[in-house]
Parts: sequence; C-alpha cells; structure tokens
Amino acid sequence: MPVPILKQGDFLIATVQSALSDREVLQFQDDLAERVGSFRSRGVILDVTALDMMDSFVSRAFRSMALMAKLKGAETVIVGIQPEVAFALVQLGLTLEGVNTALDLEEGLAFLRSLTRRRTDGR
Amino acid sequence: MGDEVRVPIVYDTDIVAARSEGRRMALELGFSRTDATLLATAISEVARNILIHAREGIITISSSLNDEIAEIVVVATDEGPGIQDVEMALRDGYSSSGGLGLGLPGVRRLMDEFRINSEDGKGTEVSMTMWRRQ
Amino acid sequence: MMGEAMARDTSKEAVTPPPAAGMGDAALLKELVAHLRDNRTELREEWARRISDADLLTAMTPDEIFSEATAVYDNYVDALETGSVEALQAYARDLSERIIPRGVETHEVLGIVLLLRDVLARSLFEKYRADPDLLNRILDAYEPAANRIAVTVGVSFVQERERVIRQQQEAIRELSTPVLQVRERLLILPIIGVLDAQRARQLTEQLLQAIRANRAKVVVIDITGVPDIDSAVANHMVQLVKASRLMGASVIITGLSSDIARTLVTLGVDLTSMRTVGDLQGGIEEAERQLGYALPALEDLDDELD
Ligand SMILES: Nc1ncnc2c1ncn2[C@@H]1O[C@H](COP(=O)(O)OP(=O)(O)OP(=O)(O)O)[C@@H](O)[C@H]1O
Ligand SMILES: [Mg+2]
Repeated sequence: MPVPILKQGDFLIATVQSALSDREVLQFQDDLAERVGSFRSRGVILDVTALDMMDSFVSRAFRSMALMAKLKGAETVIVGIQPEVAFALVQLGLTLEGVNTALDLEEGLAFLRSLTRRRTDGR
Repeated sequence: MGDEVRVPIVYDTDIVAARSEGRRMALELGFSRTDATLLATAISEVARNILIHAREGIITISSSLNDEIAEIVVVATDEGPGIQDVEMALRDGYSSSGGLGLGLPGVRRLMDEFRINSEDGKGTEVSMTMWRRQ
Repeated sequence: MMGEAMARDTSKEAVTPPPAAGMGDAALLKELVAHLRDNRTELREEWARRISDADLLTAMTPDEIFSEATAVYDNYVDALETGSVEALQAYARDLSERIIPRGVETHEVLGIVLLLRDVLARSLFEKYRADPDLLNRILDAYEPAANRIAVTVGVSFVQERERVIRQQQEAIRELSTPVLQVRERLLILPIIGVLDAQRARQLTEQLLQAIRANRAKVVVIDITGVPDIDSAVANHMVQLVKASRLMGASVIITGLSSDIARTLVTLGVDLTSMRTVGDLQGGIEEAERQLGYALPALEDLDDELD
C-alpha cells in the first residue's frame, strides 16, 4: 500500500498506515522527494504511529529522506514512534541521530511552526 | 508442546511475513509487547540479510513451553556465499555491502542467545533464542 | 492457553493402584474410598486435631483450619476415587493463594498433607488389621496414590508461592521507581538504588510508556540515589536518553557530579547526548525553561507581533 502524502500549507504530512515492504519504502522515498520539490515545502511530517517495529532498513530510509528534504529546504520531523519501537531501535543501535522527533502529529506541527516562525523573524 | 512456522524468504514481502509470524507467536506465548517487538526486529534483520547477501533462504520460527519456560527459537538458513569472517561480521559497523553493518551485532543485543554457523561458499545458519521474562 | 493445556496434561496421569490378587484394583479402591467417606467426620476431626498438636498452620483459627481441612479431605478422597488430581490441584492453588499472604510456610503445607496421609493409613490399618493380606493390598493401593497427592499439593503450593513472591518483587520495584508528573508535559524520575541491566531495562520501558501516557516533553531524571555510577550505569542512562528522544522527549539528568562525569568520559562513555544539571531543583528550572514556562513574557510578545 502506498504511503499517502498530504499537502497542508507549507508542510507535507506523510502517514505510514501499515507495515511496509522494502520496495514500498523505496517507492515512498521517491514519492516524497518528488513532492517536496514540486510543492517547495518548508516542512515534512513523517507519521509512523502505525508502525509496530522499525528495522535498520526503514530507519536508514527515513533518515536519508530527512536529509534529502533538508537539501531541498524542508525540515523533517518523525512523529509517533511507539515506546516499544523506540526501545528496540536503541537496542539495535539505531537512534536516528540528527533527525527531529516529536511525540505525535500535533507536536510535530507545533515544532515545524516554531521553526518556520523563527526563520521568518530572523529575516 | 509448541508451534512451528517456516517462512521461505524469496521476495521482500516475505520479510514482513516472517517478522509478523514471529510477533504473533511471541504474543501468543505471553511475551511482553516490548519483547515481541525486539523479536520481530531481529527476524526482520536476519531475513533481509538472507535476501541481500544470499538471495534466498528459509526462516523457521518455533515456540515451546516446558515447565513454565517459554522460548522462541528462530533459525535462518540459506545456501548463499556464507560469511568469511564471522567475528568481523559481528562487529558494529562492518558491512560488505555499504549497509550500516548494524544488523548482526544489533540482533545479538536484541536476543538472549545468538549463534552463527557459516561455511565459506556453502551457506549460513543464524540461530537465535528469546525467553519469556517473568 | 498453552500453560493450562500443559497443566491438565500432567494432572491426567492417573493415580493407578498396583494390581492386587483376588480383589480387583477398582474394587479395592472402591472399598477404600467408601471407608474414608463413611468415617469422614471422625477422620477429619482427628486430622484437624493432629494439625494443631503439631503446631502447624498457627496463622489460622481452628474454625478456618477445620473448614479448609474438610474441603481438602473431600478433594483428597475424590482424587483417590477418580485417579485425577485436577480438582485437588486447583483447590490447592486456590488455598495457597489465600494462605500465603498470611505467612503460611511450605513445611506447614507439606506437614498437613503428610499428616492426612498418616491419619488415613492408620484408620485403614485399624479396620483391616484382622486380615493382614487384605490390609497389605489395600495399603499397596493407597500408598502410591497418597504420595502422588501429597506431591501435587506440595508442588502447587510452592509454585503459587514463587508466583506471589515474584509479584511482590515486581510491585516493590515499581514502587521504588515512580514516574511523577510535576506539571503538564514534565515528568520527574528519581532513581534510587542499584541500576543493573534488568532494572535499567524495566525503567526505560516504564519511562517510555509514561512519556506517551502523559504526553511528556521533558523528563528530569535524578540519579543522586544511585550508588556506584560506573560506565555500565552511564551507558544505561545514555540508552534511556536516546530512546526518550526518539519519542520526542528531551531528558535532563541531575545528581551526576562533575567529577564522576569527567571520569565517565575518560572511560569512553559518550555523554554528549545527555544534558546534565547539578541538582534536581536546577533540573526542574531548566526543564521549565525548555517548556517555555519561565519566559511567558517573550512568548506573548511573539504572538502579538505575528
Ligand atoms: N546470510 C548471509 N549470507 C552471507 N553473508 C552474510 C549474511 N548475513 C550477513 N552477512 C555478512 O555479514 C555482514 C554483516 O551483516 P550485517 O547485517 O551486520 O550488516 P549489513 O547487512 O551489511 O548492513 P545492515 O544490516 O546494517 O543493513 C554483511 O555485510 C555480509 O557480508
Ligand atoms: Mg543486515
């Protein structure tokens, strides 16, 4: 199942809805890159609330999606990592260094807004 | 007393199938959600290693319950190229394929018991166990 | 569940008396059971009397002892009759659950079952002493069954006791590591006592659940009460911090002296992911700053400018 990516103002919200196969992860990666470029988005929210585990493959993919988005001028925040998933990731040795995280969609949006506001103020 | 499931690993979707079988069996056996997640993650890693490094193989997941000791054993076998230097492969950060090289050492941290048997050119067998915590 | 299926399997191993000449097994058992039923009142009283003589079950009143003894007696005779210890096992579990919190010990439970075995054997002896051959065969049928029953009850008790002890340890653990919400979005976790791998794991799981349940954004962890902070403990803390961050919460560690921090760094522990503040008070202030509580004026100003 493809991951839906919705445009909301300056932001994109991508909601992972079920476990992803490797191919679906790569497809998602391409889709997101394409959207960030065409909408000139300022921020991306990657909602992973529905994922009941994240292995090295998917974490690596999410991390490179965040880096790619940054190159195109969008800040990414991953939201909704479940307690068990966070625990397993740390045991595995994957801590998504350098990627923003927030508790849930609401927090993620608040985070992106505070970032873009600060930038506007700085101008 | 127990249950056994064999999942052939040929396509990327098989990785998803293998790990959800593992999670299901762990929960059925009364493992905590955290442990079921650790197990699913470990299975996902070894299943992908099969697909990437050996093209195809089989994952066998068996659960057993004896005198209140509940355990899940996962055996991942393939007839791929084998691992030349197992000790090296278990080091954090070693990868022959541009990966993070976190898979195997990470899996060892996730599971209670972990063993690799590999013969150069003949294939690899990873077997690992997790016990139910009280 | 599998556990139940297993328990049932073991209990189904029948209590079969050895074959006896002349009178068949079934007939012998029937005779035996009938005798125990006919003399229920006296035998039960005798048993209860022997229990109090032996100073067993002192935590229970005579009335309680008598009523439990009655139930055990009936289950015991049923087990002899049917060969299935299932019902007796269930009762023993249930009884154990009730009497364990009152401090009844394993030796007392084994003691009363062995007493019952003895009381019944004596009565069989009295009844059949005139016919030594029949007496022998009756006792041959009785002994193994009685032993098996004693073992069943003893094992049920010990298992139940272990379970209760485990539960209590669990409860104590949880009590000793409360996650407190001081104000919205802010949690405090004071850790007291030794932080070994198992406890660190438990704490981390608890904290992560609490972060989600309280929608926490900042967590202050005070480790003043943790003795011997070595690199293993520090690494547990680092993992806790990293896992919390994955859930979107930042962690402030308090109670880590700068001396120890320096030592840890020389030992190779990477503390860069950890924000440390001297004491709990300072940690809470820092947390409030992070949450924006300390800077209401600025925030308001910001909103007005928008
Ligand atoms: N089933 C296998 N057959 C052959 N070689 C293997 C197999 N599994 C692992 N290896 C070898 O061991 C190395 C380490 O494996 P590990 O899973 O730790 O890292 P990776 O797969 O390369 O990267 P990552 O898992 O982080 O994406 C691999 O690079 C590969 O050389
Ligand atoms: Mg791998």
